[in-house]
Amino acid sequence: MTTPTVTTAGPARRGGRLLWTPARVRSVQAETARATRLVLEVPGWAGHVPGQHLDVRLTAPDGYRAKRSYSVASGPEQPHVELIVERLPDGEVSPYLTQQLRVGDELEVRGPVGGWFVWHASLGGPLQLIAGGSGVVPFLSMLQHREAAGSDVPARLLYSARALPDVIGADRVAATDAGVTLVLTRQAPATWQGPTGRVDARLLHEHVVPPDARPQVFVCGPTGFVEAVADALLELGHPPERVKTERFGTGGGAT
Amino acid sequence: MTTSDMTADGTADEGPESRRLDGNAAAGPLRELFSVDIIAAACTCAHCGGTTALAEHVLYADAPALVLRCPSCTGVVLRYASAGGQARLDLTGARLLVLDLAHDGRPG
Ligand SMILES: Cc1cc2nc3c(=O)[nH]c(=O)nc-3n(C[C@H](O)[C@H](O)[C@H](O)COP(=O)(O)OP(=O)(O)OC[C@H]3O[C@@H](n4cnc5c(N)ncnc54)[C@H](O)[C@@H]3O)c2cc1C
Ligand SMILES: [Zn+2]
Repeated sequence: MTTPTVTTAGPARRGGRLLWTPARVRSVQAETARATRLVLEVPGWAGHVPGQHLDVRLTAPDGYRAKRSYSVASGPEQPHVELIVERLPDGEVSPYLTQQLRVGDELEVRGPVGGWFVWHASLGGPLQLIAGGSGVVPFLSMLQHREAAGSDVPARLLYSARALPDVIGADRVAATDAGVTLVLTRQAPATWQGPTGRVDARLLHEHVVPPDARPQVFVCGPTGFVEAVADALLELGHPPERVKTERFGTGGGAT
Repeated sequence: MTTSDMTADGTADEGPESRRLDGNAAAGPLRELFSVDIIAAACTCAHCGGTTALAEHVLYADAPALVLRCPSCTGVVLRYASAGGQARLDLTGARLLVLDLAHDGRPG
């Protein structure tokens, strides 16, 4: 099993603190109509645990700076760091990352960080992942790692997306042997058999590993989605210490 | 958050509540200062005495300083800002931080 060892000093570390480091953009690909997959080369990347994120910092010519967090989409076993950024039309940073950035450009990054919202095969299961929109990104890393590690931990993914073309990580979602329930909130094909509409307590009751199976539950997505789902999970009897959340802010908008 | 805070299409209204994050998102800025990830540390709130991981606090990152609030009583537990080569950390609201040095928040 490849356990990422992360405590050694890399070029990005001085005195153990984590500094901004330049990353080079190796590829820019459309993931969906609104989301872009960025492959980065980060010199001295210490290796990440699935679920961790990094911070990106942009500096304008006049010195103005903006920073945002992005989950790592790739697994620790993959050679490069991949991000998937969803474009918010009135956002400050995501339009730049999804529409302006070109192969060969440099970005400043700081990471990997966030040792809380993580899952590793050694932590066992069962694993229940619940995503709204771009909130699926850290789960793509967890699912990739689960497969690369040959883990037999039972895993389920409940993923709420607006419509089929908005599904991020469709390849991995289709390929995984984890149980996947896709919920379409805005638009579904006439032949759609799966659930539609808001993820509420009834839907969670039907599609989520029940509390008596003691699943480790991860919920990720826009703040409104995460808070509504977390409240409903507690109502259904999932103990708070087994429900971990990662709110993205309004980032991701409606799901 | 209650359903009345949500608009019809499920997006949240644009108040600061709609942009709040989990404490886990403060991990990066705090690593400017600390050599270990303190976000998994158990924090005892000076206001209500409750103990929760910093990662499970509520983070308001929009303000000039990042602000972590207690998930039980919403009291301010930690404020952190860095600008002009200076870092400012206010821990008035945190009575005790207990950190597992063996794991540094990482499994394995
Ligand atoms: C830990 C973590 C991981 C994340 N991972 C991902 C990821 O993998 N992929 C991804 O796409 N996103 C991710 N996000 C979200 C990401 O960090 C950004 O929030 C997102 O890209 C939007 O940034 P932006 O600059 O484009 O938008 P912003 O400029 O931040 O605006 C976001 C929205 O808030 C509104 N807004 C902003 N400021 C105000 C204000 N003061 N008053 C009223 N409204 C305001 C804007 O109109 C807009 O609708 C993650 C967030 C966190 C915390
Ligand atoms: Zn408190």
